[in-house]
Amino acid sequence: MTCSDFLKELTDYLDDSMDAQTRAELEDHLQWCHNCYVICNTTKMTIEIYRDSQLYELPDDLRSRLRSAILSKCECHKSQNGEAVKPSEAPLPKQTR
Amino acid sequence: MEAIQPKVAEPVSETSLVHAAKAGDIGAFEELVKRYDRNVFRIAQHITQNREDAEDVVQDAFLKAYQNLANFQEQSKFYTWLVRIAVNEALMRLRRRRPERMVSLDEDIKTEEDSMPREVADWAPNPEQLYSQGELKEILGKTIQGLPPSFRTVFVLRDVEGLSTEETADALDLSIPAVKSRLLRARLQLRERLNKYFKNRSGGDGKP
Repeated sequence: MTCSDFLKELTDYLDDSMDAQTRAELEDHLQWCHNCYVICNTTKMTIEIYRDSQLYELPDDLRSRLRSAILSKCECHKSQNGEAVKPSEAPLPKQTR
Repeated sequence: MEAIQPKVAEPVSETSLVHAAKAGDIGAFEELVKRYDRNVFRIAQHITQNREDAEDVVQDAFLKAYQNLANFQEQSKFYTWLVRIAVNEALMRLRRRRPERMVSLDEDIKTEEDSMPREVADWAPNPEQLYSQGELKEILGKTIQGLPPSFRTVFVLRDVEGLSTEETADALDLSIPAVKSRLLRARLQLRERLNKYFKNRSGGDGKP
C-alpha cells in the first residue's frame, strides 16, 4: 500500500466504514509510515475540534425571537389555509434522489 | 425546558410530532422547531458565513417546511428533509451575495492535488488549549470560511451535525461517492490550514 492509497481510504478509515481486511492493511501501513500516521492523527483532531467547538451557537435571546417569528408566520399561514396544513403549490426540493 | 437534540433519546417521536403537525397541531410543530433550530442555524451560518442570512434561513426554512408539510412523504427523516430545505435556502442567499461567483453543490473543484497534504507536522497534544475560546472560534471560523461552499457544506453535515453519509447524500442530492470525495478533501484542506496554528513547537509558547 502506498501513501496515496492510504489517503484515498482515510475517510472510510476514520469513519470506521470498511471491511476488516482493508482496515488491517491500513493499520499495517500506519505502523511504519510516520507521515501517514501524522496526517491521520491530525485529521482526526481536526474533526474533533470542529465537532466540539460550539461554533455558531444560537444565543438564547435570538433563539426565542426567531421562534416567535416562525410561529407567528405559521399561525398566519394556518389561518389563511384552514385548520389542517394544506399542500402548498410552492415548489419544494425533491425528497429522494 | 432544554431543547432536545437529534442524537438524544426522544420522549415523543419525530414521526408523531410530524403527524400531529400535519393535522394542524401547531404546538407539535413548535416542538420540531425547538429540536432543530440550533442545528439549522449552525448549518446556515456555516454555508452563508453571514449572521443575518443565517437568521433569515432559519425562519424561511421552518416556514417553508410548515407550508409544505402535507407534501412531505416521510420517505426520509423530517430532519433530513428540513436540512435539505435549509441548505437550498442558504445557498440561494450565498448566490445573491456573491453573484460574481458560481455557487453550486455540484462544483467539483480543481484536481485531487488541492487536497494533497503539503506540510506534515505533528500537532501539540491538546491544540485547542493553546488558545482562548474566543481565539479558537475565530481561527476555526476563518479556516472553514476558506473552503469552497460545496466542501464546507458536506463537512458540516457529516462531521459537525453528525448526519450519516447516506443522509448527507440525500439532503444534498449528491451521490455517496461524491459525498465521500468532498468530505475527504474538506477534512484534508482544513487540516492543512490548521497546521500553522496547532503544530507542535517545542520550546516556544505554542502560538504562531
